[in-house]
Amino acid sequence: MKPIAPKPMPRRFHQARWDEPVIFELSQPGQRGVLLPPVEAGIKQEVGNPAQALPEAVRRRKPPALPEMSQIHVLRHYARLSQENLGVDLNIDVGQGTCTMKHSPKVNDQLARTPKLTELHPLQDESTTQGILEVMYRLEGMLKEISGMDRVTLQPGAGSAAIYTNICMIRAYHASRGEDKKRDEVVTTIFSHPSNASAAKVAGYKVITLYPDEDGYPDLAALKAAVSRRTAALLITNPEDTGIFNPRIEEFVRAVHDTGGLCAYDQANANGILGITRAREAGFDACHFNLHKTFSTPHGCGGPATGASGVTDALAPFLPVPTVEFDGRKYYLDYCRPQSIGKTRPFYGVAPNIMRAYAWIMSLGADGLREVAEIAVLNNNYLMKRVLEIRGVSAPYAKGKRRIEQVRYSWEQLTQETGVRSEEIETRVADFGMHYWTSHHPYVVPEPMTLEPTESYSKADLDEYAAMLRHIAEEAYSNPEIIKTAPHNSTVHRTHHEPFDNPDEWAVTWRAYQRKTGQSLAPGPTPEERGE
Amino acid sequence: MKRLGLIVNPVAGIGGRVGLKGSDGLDVQQRARALGAVPQAQERAAAALESLRPLAGDIELLTAPGEMGETVARRCGFDPHPLSLSQRKSGETTPEDTRCAARAMTDAGVALILFAGGDGTARDMSAAIGNDFPVLGIPAGVKIYSAVYAVTPRMAGDLAVEFLRGGRVRLLEAEVLDLDEEAYRKGQIITRLDGYLKIPYRRELVQNQKVPTPASEAVQAQAIAADVIEWMNPDMAYLLGPGTTTRALAERAGLPKTLVGVDIITRDELLAADVGERQILEMLERRPLGLVVTPTGGQGFLLGRGNQQISPEVIRRVSRENIRVICLASKIAALRGRPLWVDTGDPETDRLLTGYVEVVTGYHEKIIYKVMAGS
Repeated sequence: MKPIAPKPMPRRFHQARWDEPVIFELSQPGQRGVLLPPVEAGIKQEVGNPAQALPEAVRRRKPPALPEMSQIHVLRHYARLSQENLGVDLNIDVGQGTCTMKHSPKVNDQLARTPKLTELHPLQDESTTQGILEVMYRLEGMLKEISGMDRVTLQPGAGSAAIYTNICMIRAYHASRGEDKKRDEVVTTIFSHPSNASAAKVAGYKVITLYPDEDGYPDLAALKAAVSRRTAALLITNPEDTGIFNPRIEEFVRAVHDTGGLCAYDQANANGILGITRAREAGFDACHFNLHKTFSTPHGCGGPATGASGVTDALAPFLPVPTVEFDGRKYYLDYCRPQSIGKTRPFYGVAPNIMRAYAWIMSLGADGLREVAEIAVLNNNYLMKRVLEIRGVSAPYAKGKRRIEQVRYSWEQLTQETGVRSEEIETRVADFGMHYWTSHHPYVVPEPMTLEPTESYSKADLDEYAAMLRHIAEEAYSNPEIIKTAPHNSTVHRTHHEPFDNPDEWAVTWRAYQRKTGQSLAPGPTPEERGE
Repeated sequence: MKRLGLIVNPVAGIGGRVGLKGSDGLDVQQRARALGAVPQAQERAAAALESLRPLAGDIELLTAPGEMGETVARRCGFDPHPLSLSQRKSGETTPEDTRCAARAMTDAGVALILFAGGDGTARDMSAAIGNDFPVLGIPAGVKIYSAVYAVTPRMAGDLAVEFLRGGRVRLLEAEVLDLDEEAYRKGQIITRLDGYLKIPYRRELVQNQKVPTPASEAVQAQAIAADVIEWMNPDMAYLLGPGTTTRALAERAGLPKTLVGVDIITRDELLAADVGERQILEMLERRPLGLVVTPTGGQGFLLGRGNQQISPEVIRRVSRENIRVICLASKIAALRGRPLWVDTGDPETDRLLTGYVEVVTGYHEKIIYKVMAGS
């Protein structure tokens, strides 16, 4: 028998392109998804108009302007949109570097979806929620061990929210010492996550950003020039988004501490250092993890995210309320924390994600977490080797050194030689059912591409991804037009970015679109006209 | 029917292939020809016209005569209206011909002028018609430091089509930069800001010294302006260096600003426009001055290029705490880790300004950046 020939690389792919209207455009007056039987006269007489039971203030004066559609049309609409989508379960999702796209084991989803969890209400009496409180308490314990911090809150609903929680606690700390007015500056670096600068800004701070030195490390001399008695905090990612670990991180922390400022460690990039280094040993006062990155729970679009903020005892009084405590017999929520910053999100944390992260850590154990980091680093350095064999691509900074869990590559040479830019390759990648993103502004690394393969992907996956990039690079040198006119096989279109910062031009809702473009659909009949 | 102008600098690019690093000046052009150089400009212009072909019946194409536009337009199947300017012998066109044609086209009411050339041609365009009139460069020259050129000739054509069809294309003032060719032939890279031209802009189609940032340059400049105005002492006057970023500051304060000159303003008044060193020193006799300055040109020169009015003596008399450096984050990123430079001609003054300085990049946003002495 002849052996079956392997599929050619890169994989051939064609996505659906439905040219589907916005759901409001599909609305047909009078259409309904479900027709309810009329209420029996006896019941009507007994109950009256149930709306009357609601307070006047919460009653709508007119019905909401929702699309009117039959069930099958709604289903068809969303099924079509789902075919125009690309997700972590569909593609080799290494192209969204800094996002730590890893597999979310389905068994953990099952746990998160059990009625035992989904039927809980956050306002239930504690005596009836001991199970999830225990999970929260134990997950806090694990994250304390992983970070070396003294307390951890699971309340923030995202990584940025956790950074915001940290800076709020730092502000409260300075206020408790009468220094909050004096300390109005936060220092960060250009290769830290932009959420650090933006969260500090939202909290009212002036932001000072450091650029890298020639080797790609944050510039220590620049830090020393930046810090002063006005410094409230250093917010820094390590390894940074270049995948380069800052070996002088302790000196950074010391320089800030010497001026009375505090240091918060953005551990969004923790996947390569789990079980290897800890925020505590580097001297940090606070840190945060993204449970949806390092701890495998789905990212935003798969459900709300979760950020976990860890702090030392010095900052613990300022933690958001409530904290989850255990008195030796039962678990309880502690609201009696007079110095608390209050809440940064309702209730106690996103329970299904807490469940998933807890299950993920339990399934791996301490040794397993370290193995995760080691495989993630190995995968990354393997992929780097393959990618750097491709013509036109480079990995700026730290020449000849290995990276931690991701690499910010540059297509600069390819752009100079072929005119093809990274954003155009990004569009062409979609033609192969894959994805990478270029949201790395400002482009300090020219024509950037950041790949982060995590521990989830096999050698064959990484080879396939590299083969696709190689194919596109060859196209750039032989037939750049095919890239410049991409996508050919995918749903996505080219978008122009210029209007994005002009509130008069961009529209993120249907209503805003109609208002800003001066267009509208013909109004449907009123309820009276429909005889209601 | 919309009118489109086309000017081709027939000698643009002639020095490139034979390694002369530029084509300014008749003697260089002659040397280039002697070395066997073939001009690039006609082919480049033809590539741009290729994109414009679908519009051929809908536009009136005004060209400079002969090899300055007319010839290539005819070759590409257009029916151009050549300007009635005196026609030179081949190879003997001068910068004045470009300037003349540009002025004649604005007088004729064209919607846009496409010009094929390099930095020198852009400088002539800017000298002739300033920055009020939409133009776009077809890259054909040896040196293209100016940000007024499309990435490729074809893209120049595409962008012109979109603009002429009334598409959503923004107009942007872009820097006209030029190298000192004499210095460049000796291996030194010195660019200076020669002015601005107004171009239809689409990031992916236009050559840019700067790099993509989340917010547009206009929005960033506004944010910087808000920060600096908050910092300005209402009782003090400030020297405002050249550039669009400093102009945004004046605009926010409701004041006019000369783009390539140094002006003196308070928070709500223009005291003097386009001043020289002497006027600045006279003003300093009467009142203390602060200084707001932004790097211009491609190399990150803060002082000593394009703003020599701000002389060593002026700088010594403006104390360091009254100096504010402002810069778009996109320009900083484009420096690729290279420092900012000062080169005032006086090492002592340069030393005052070197080291790590704060650079305002947004409202309550700063970076710490290294400044070195260029001398």
